Amino acid sequence: MATVELRFSALPEHVRTARLVAAAVARRAGVDESVLDEVRLAVGEACTRAVGLHISNGVGSPVRVALIEDEKVFSIEVGDEAPGANGALVPGARDELPEPAAEDDEAEGEMGLAVISGLVDDVEITADGQGGIIRMSWPATPTPSVP
Amino acid sequence: MDLSLSTRTVGDRTIVEVGGEIDVYTAPKLREQLVELVNDGSYHLVVDMEGVDFLDSTGLGVLVGGLKRVRAHEGSLRLVCNQERILKIFRITGLTKVFPIHSSVDDAVSATD
Repeated sequence: MATVELRFSALPEHVRTARLVAAAVARRAGVDESVLDEVRLAVGEACTRAVGLHISNGVGSPVRVALIEDEKVFSIEVGDEAPGANGALVPGARDELPEPAAEDDEAEGEMGLAVISGLVDDVEITADGQGGIIRMSWPATPTPSVP
Repeated sequence: MDLSLSTRTVGDRTIVEVGGEIDVYTAPKLREQLVELVNDGSYHLVVDMEGVDFLDSTGLGVLVGGLKRVRAHEGSLRLVCNQERILKIFRITGLTKVFPIHSSVDDAVSATD
């Protein structure tokens, strides 16, 4: 089970909340301080993309964020419920950076994936008819918790 | 934390000082500001990002959109940024090749292509 789960209405104003929560849980999980900026940015990009997919597909359900603390790994799963929207992007999505971004506002969605791919070494993007999941992991060294 | 914007002119350049967080929620305000400046005839923009705490791809998209608009008028859009965590985002998206990035406003103002 996830350490912390977050479900939020697919609205731009809630993405910041997701970033703050993810960074706080990551810090507690023992993710290195120098990497927290990357965690914050990556989860923000994934949530921004999910919010965009929900809005453009008229999906009324919330965006899901699972923050999972394992022994030496901290993982974040961002799930959308946009039907099949991710499918075309899955092959090669993780290793290929697009050409220097197209000079167009519409390039934002692709740039989000480019940022995630460039930032996170361990990222997996899956999708089926019910929606997509971006799963990202970082090494963590938990310290004994002090009450 | 919200987005703060202020503008001033130095010669033929317009400095847009941005502070706070540029993300999917706040980026539309920056877009409006850039569109307004271009519509008012300011085609040489310097976006000072020294006060920016957070920037994501939505913000990058707005800056690219701004660049496209000023270029349509033979203008320029220069960035001022020294923060490594912000510069990194420009690097991984290849946008360091697209934007002239300067270490100070003075440097950006005196720069010519």
